[in-house]
Amino acid sequence: MEDLLGNLGLGMSVALTGYNILFCFLGVLLGTLIGVLPGVGPVATIAMLLPITVEFSPATAMIMLAGIYYGAQYGGSTTAILMNMPGEPSSSVTAIDGYKMARKGRAGPALATAALGSFFAGTVATFVIAVFAPPLARYALKFGPPEYFSLMLLGLICAVALAHGSVIKALGMVILGLLFGLIGADLFSGMNRFTFGIRELSDGLNFAAVAVGIFGIAEILRNLENERERDAVITKVTGLMPTKDDLKRIVWPILRGTGLGSLLGVLPGGGSILAAFAAYTVEKRISKTPEEFGQGAIEGVAGPESANNAGAQTSFIPLLTLGVPANPVMAVMMGAMILQGIIPGPAVITRNPDLFWGVIASMWIGNAMLVILNLPLIGLWVRLLTIPYYVLFPAIIAFAAIGSYSIASNEYDLYALALFGALGYVLVRLGCEPAPFLLGFVLGPQMEEHLRRALIISRGDWSVFMTRPLSATLVAAAAVVLLIVFVPQVAKKRRAVFQEET
Amino acid sequence: MKRSLVAAVIAGVSLVASTAYAQQFPARAITLIVPFAAGGPTDTVARVLGEAMGRDLGQQVVIENVVGAGGTTGAARVANAAKDGYTLLLWHIGMATSDTLYRRLPYQTLTSFAPIGLVTEVPMTIIGRPRLPAADLNGLVDYVKKNAATVTMANAGVGSASHLCGMLFMSQIQQAVTTVPYPGTGPAMTDILGDQVDFMCDQTTTTTPQIQTGSVKAFLVTSADRLDQIPNVRTAKEQGMNFELGIWHGVWAPSGTPPAVVERLTRALQFALAERPVAQRFAALATAPSTKEEATPAALDAKVKSEIARWKPLIQAAGVYAD
Repeated sequence: MEDLLGNLGLGMSVALTGYNILFCFLGVLLGTLIGVLPGVGPVATIAMLLPITVEFSPATAMIMLAGIYYGAQYGGSTTAILMNMPGEPSSSVTAIDGYKMARKGRAGPALATAALGSFFAGTVATFVIAVFAPPLARYALKFGPPEYFSLMLLGLICAVALAHGSVIKALGMVILGLLFGLIGADLFSGMNRFTFGIRELSDGLNFAAVAVGIFGIAEILRNLENERERDAVITKVTGLMPTKDDLKRIVWPILRGTGLGSLLGVLPGGGSILAAFAAYTVEKRISKTPEEFGQGAIEGVAGPESANNAGAQTSFIPLLTLGVPANPVMAVMMGAMILQGIIPGPAVITRNPDLFWGVIASMWIGNAMLVILNLPLIGLWVRLLTIPYYVLFPAIIAFAAIGSYSIASNEYDLYALALFGALGYVLVRLGCEPAPFLLGFVLGPQMEEHLRRALIISRGDWSVFMTRPLSATLVAAAAVVLLIVFVPQVAKKRRAVFQEET
Repeated sequence: MKRSLVAAVIAGVSLVASTAYAQQFPARAITLIVPFAAGGPTDTVARVLGEAMGRDLGQQVVIENVVGAGGTTGAARVANAAKDGYTLLLWHIGMATSDTLYRRLPYQTLTSFAPIGLVTEVPMTIIGRPRLPAADLNGLVDYVKKNAATVTMANAGVGSASHLCGMLFMSQIQQAVTTVPYPGTGPAMTDILGDQVDFMCDQTTTTTPQIQTGSVKAFLVTSADRLDQIPNVRTAKEQGMNFELGIWHGVWAPSGTPPAVVERLTRALQFALAERPVAQRFAALATAPSTKEEATPAALDAKVKSEIARWKPLIQAAGVYAD
């Protein structure tokens, strides 16, 4: 404990120098801005800034780049709530109820909830990293291919079981997403699947293009259908800050989301999106008023937002303690460290303690700055909604297109944006939800990959999923969820609870 | 007589024009296309190099990541770009191996590009999971042969450096091993650290930190001499095996780029590689800048040709194609 205080003290002494505070602020400010622009992601921004950061000290560089990353998580939820435009996989969950709240004139409380939830989660996750980084890294290593497969199986089954509306439609959406996820070169054989000979498709469809299309562009199409109705809905904004009742409702979801996010964020791969979905599922499951979910339940914003921010922060653990990046942003951060002459890995914590603890301490400072920065901005963001739609929507489409293209400079991402915008519109008209589609799209290919990898290692022996304790537990949990859905008694109750919209 | 005079005048004028063009070159920012995602080892090399080349050229070198199809999408972009030296490609050994790995390429490996020069050659290392019961290269080979039915070798997908090195290793020890592909070196390293797969061959860029802290077992380094960063890892030759391999990187312009521009770019490349900060940052990646003789169009051209010849039979024997 004394050690911890000493270490955090060292971290604070690094993070609280005027220079580092300034660059931490610049980082979170820039992060918020790029987060707000749909599609423009932290990966491209951090990569562009790499050459500049070479001139800084390693700690300053990392503090600023980390600030961009978690600042973008904040900003990303802003557009998800205001415009149904998730830029990151995890904020697609926030869009479900956040956007509904905005349409009901409660954009202010939704944004404030996201900010407060993220701040709390960020603070807790900072301590989690400080105290548990090495043991958590060891726990992440216990996850081999069979465990990942079982975890994702559980995730997909939960998505179907607790989707809003009909199970058949949710299942259909997951499978459709899964099939679109299969497009591209097969990792194991190098063979191209469903690419129709188009080379640009051999790396698969770009997540940002698909997500922005199916959520955001589809929403624009739907709004344009009836412009008068939209303006009427948005102009009656009621209150910018959450009420006392709102605050009471979000306390527990924030706590639970933080816990889930801290734990799942450590896992390389789909950690943070699973965390956001899991948090949403849990909140809906234990809520006394599950029928509000999908209609603008504030818990549906608080839980996933906290989970997503906690996960964003704990995803630093594998990089800082093992030297393996958990997601593309961490891969760019790894590049930044190497440019500084610091080799990411187990040695960082002992060889560069000022860097390690300085970055961790700066995360807390950065999160505090984000709250201070974002709470006053809520009024401004909400006023954005009163801009006439014929001015707003071309701007949104332009940013979405620039953002999607900038990721890989691939013109097919623009086609995907248009195609999935149209598809998303059709799906909305058919009463099918895009969220299970997106989860299937992200997790499906990963699930296939882990399944095949597990079977290659076991030489085709399927029992690996049951003989490894962690994997067996996850499979058992998935079976329980399936039972709950299909046992008649429960199913009846479920129908009553999730009545299909017509 | 008259005709040759005209020819001489035309040649003279075009030479002057070309030189004049080269004197103006570069008049604006240069785009250096990296055919892989930001943050990877190749991207890092490009950013270090681009910054230094830009200082010599007096213009910014902008890195653009054109990702896809094992690097061939980015290469195709450069092959079709304007032949003015403002669009360059930084790629590695994949330029030579994709010539065989891909049966249909949207460009001609040998004729679509004007080589500028070699940049660096990153050594490879063979590493194993922490609990792998083998102490050195011969122990590893014994273990692999004895447990051929269960042993697994990780790689980062068809055509990756780790895949190429694995192929070479298998042909060297005359033993096929079950390979486990990953989408990149990062996840493969995670499974090595967690004892999920047995061993892998990868660039020092990613393995050095793990070797330095003893989180993985290291069996050999593929360079001719031991590396300063990991002095305890022995070379293949020291352990009685002929196994040399490096992931060389080069810079190309589209073919048809004026010779004077190519010459100017080669000078900028040589300037950058001689810079101390560049050498220091390459050292952090456990590699070194290419020499002035290697950083020339002729050296890169020869490298591509010899490497195509080296890998063609190996890839064809393995029967692995990327399309």
